[in-house]
Amino acid sequence: MDLPFLLYTLLKIVVVVFALLTAVAYTVWFERKVVAHMQSRWGPTRVGPYGLLQPLADVIKLITKEDITPSGVFRLVYLAAPCLAVITALLVFAVIPFGPRTEMGGIDIFQITDLDIGLLFILSVSSMGVYGIALAGWSSNSKYSLLGGLRSSAQMISYELAMGLSIVGVVLLTGSLSLRQVVDNQSGSWWGIIPHWNVIPQFIGFFCYFVSAIAETNRLPFDLPEAETELVAGYHTEYSSMRFAMFFLAEYTNMTAVSCVATVLYFGGWSGPVFGPEALQTVLPLLWFFLKVLAFLFVYVWIRGTLPRFRYDQLMAFGWKFLLPLALANMVLTSFVQAVRYGG
Amino acid sequence: MYEILFFVFAAAAVGFAINLLVQRHPIYSAISLIGVMASLASLYLMLGAEFIAAVQVIVYAGAIMVLFVFVIMLLNAGVEERTNRSRMAKQLGAPLVVLLLGLLTSLVYRNFPPDAAVRFGDFPGQTADIGRRLYIYYMLPFEVVSILILVAIVGAVVLAKKET
Amino acid sequence: MSNGYFENYIPILLLAGVVTLLAVGMLLLSYLLGPRRPSKEKLAAYECGVMPTGDARQRFSVKFYLVAMVFILFDVEVIFLYPWAVIFHELRMLGFIQMILFIGLVLPGFVYLWRQGIFDWSETDTSEWPDTPPVTLPGVSLVVPNVVQEATPFSGGSQ
Repeated sequence: MDLPFLLYTLLKIVVVVFALLTAVAYTVWFERKVVAHMQSRWGPTRVGPYGLLQPLADVIKLITKEDITPSGVFRLVYLAAPCLAVITALLVFAVIPFGPRTEMGGIDIFQITDLDIGLLFILSVSSMGVYGIALAGWSSNSKYSLLGGLRSSAQMISYELAMGLSIVGVVLLTGSLSLRQVVDNQSGSWWGIIPHWNVIPQFIGFFCYFVSAIAETNRLPFDLPEAETELVAGYHTEYSSMRFAMFFLAEYTNMTAVSCVATVLYFGGWSGPVFGPEALQTVLPLLWFFLKVLAFLFVYVWIRGTLPRFRYDQLMAFGWKFLLPLALANMVLTSFVQAVRYGG
Repeated sequence: MYEILFFVFAAAAVGFAINLLVQRHPIYSAISLIGVMASLASLYLMLGAEFIAAVQVIVYAGAIMVLFVFVIMLLNAGVEERTNRSRMAKQLGAPLVVLLLGLLTSLVYRNFPPDAAVRFGDFPGQTADIGRRLYIYYMLPFEVVSILILVAIVGAVVLAKKET
Repeated sequence: MSNGYFENYIPILLLAGVVTLLAVGMLLLSYLLGPRRPSKEKLAAYECGVMPTGDARQRFSVKFYLVAMVFILFDVEVIFLYPWAVIFHELRMLGFIQMILFIGLVLPGFVYLWRQGIFDWSETDTSEWPDTPPVTLPGVSLVVPNVVQEATPFSGGSQ
């Protein structure tokens, strides 16, 4: 390890984090726009053309608002919770490969780092994500927050199981936990037309993964922790200004992370038709990756615009009684098929 | 470089552990314990035990500590009271700690001579290695684990239902 | 040591550092830029304009605790599946049989939990309720949904 390595890595990290924050800000804009059009409205139109500067305006507004620390909170925990939420949300991107291995000065530029345990890293980071929400709810000294935090953490741990189980199917097909190998394993196609994506043999697994991921990110129809009609805003009721924005940021970053992981695990990552001059060939995989992630984000918004919220007992029953057995069955089936394919 | 990192993580683990004991509110103790787990995971990672490190975070920091935090949230555990009663604990505590640390140090020194230093990254702890150990060499103990889990499930239900 | 090994993790340490700085920076920035005009009402816990009653930190259902315990147990089971899946191409049918045995032994526990109603959070059994007939008004037809009692996760018992 030497200084250039550190500097390059740092540069890469800063670029990725900056791009992510911008992307997340525009995910909010995207969501508002899409939901608005689904409801025959216009969405943001005033700030800039098509409201494109709205995210910027929101950031400025949120930063210059008053920080209210309600009386009776556990100050240290209260302040640490939003930080924890943001940190765990952004850490996931350390192992996501955005494009094929492209070296520049001996360093892969399209992935921060390729771990042998990449998938387990993602699982461990997202298992730490519970604390941001649980501690926020607990430290706020408000009934709504506490209920929201409790519900949310119980929901997150319940769906974490189904998520972990559904990913095992992909590991069975790949034989590795490295995300880059997962993508490489999906290159090529069947009969030259159907891409060799995991989503085809692992359709049930993909369904389980995506549903539990929506629950993990506390999005509709699983957004009970912040069910407005009963809990005001759930675990972040008592947060204002930038502290609230940090939870918001964490939620949308998690959405983006889930979309990226789903793309990598089930939709062949950056794979897609590559053609043209060399410069274009370098950029095209990134574009395919970006488009796939965008498609997932659209599905997120689509679901939000379509489905009503679950009741809490329905949500828990769905996770434990339906999704978990389904993911387990998928895993058993996949392993059986693989065992037969390997030939005893 | 790696030695420095090792000492940073080791110091973090010890620091969090001491903080765990000193803090008077259980939530701070729980958070310190999460810190201990995370530092230990980093140490495992440095030794080369990738899978163990991930499990340390997922199971200990991500599952067992969630249970601890839940208990604190659910029972509304407050600040612990200090009694300052036991004079014997005060007078004997410090010397006993010194004695214990001395014993441990001498044991470690005797059993691990200083020239046999730990080499970072040498531990065969990659996921596939662990898998081979578990599913080829230790097949039976692995299957017995499932019975342990079964017993634990029944135990959890029985314990929780008794009160209601 | 195999120096290449831990080098993979250095970027993660760096990223953790950058992200932590970012998070703390955001807190600081809004602390520095935002106004501060606290008042007693503003700092009160949010209760929709009503005076807060009692302490928010009260005791809750044992159910949350049970879910967390069951989660630990199943989490351990899921973790065992990962090394198994990684070397599955070496284990083949033997691995399949091993895992069927393992899951088969834990499965009764899952069924037991199910039968004990650990996954049922609703106190009221809504399945026996008659379907509400659609209410028809002249000119308008609307379906009145089942008025379902809100599932209270903090109610004590589990059955």
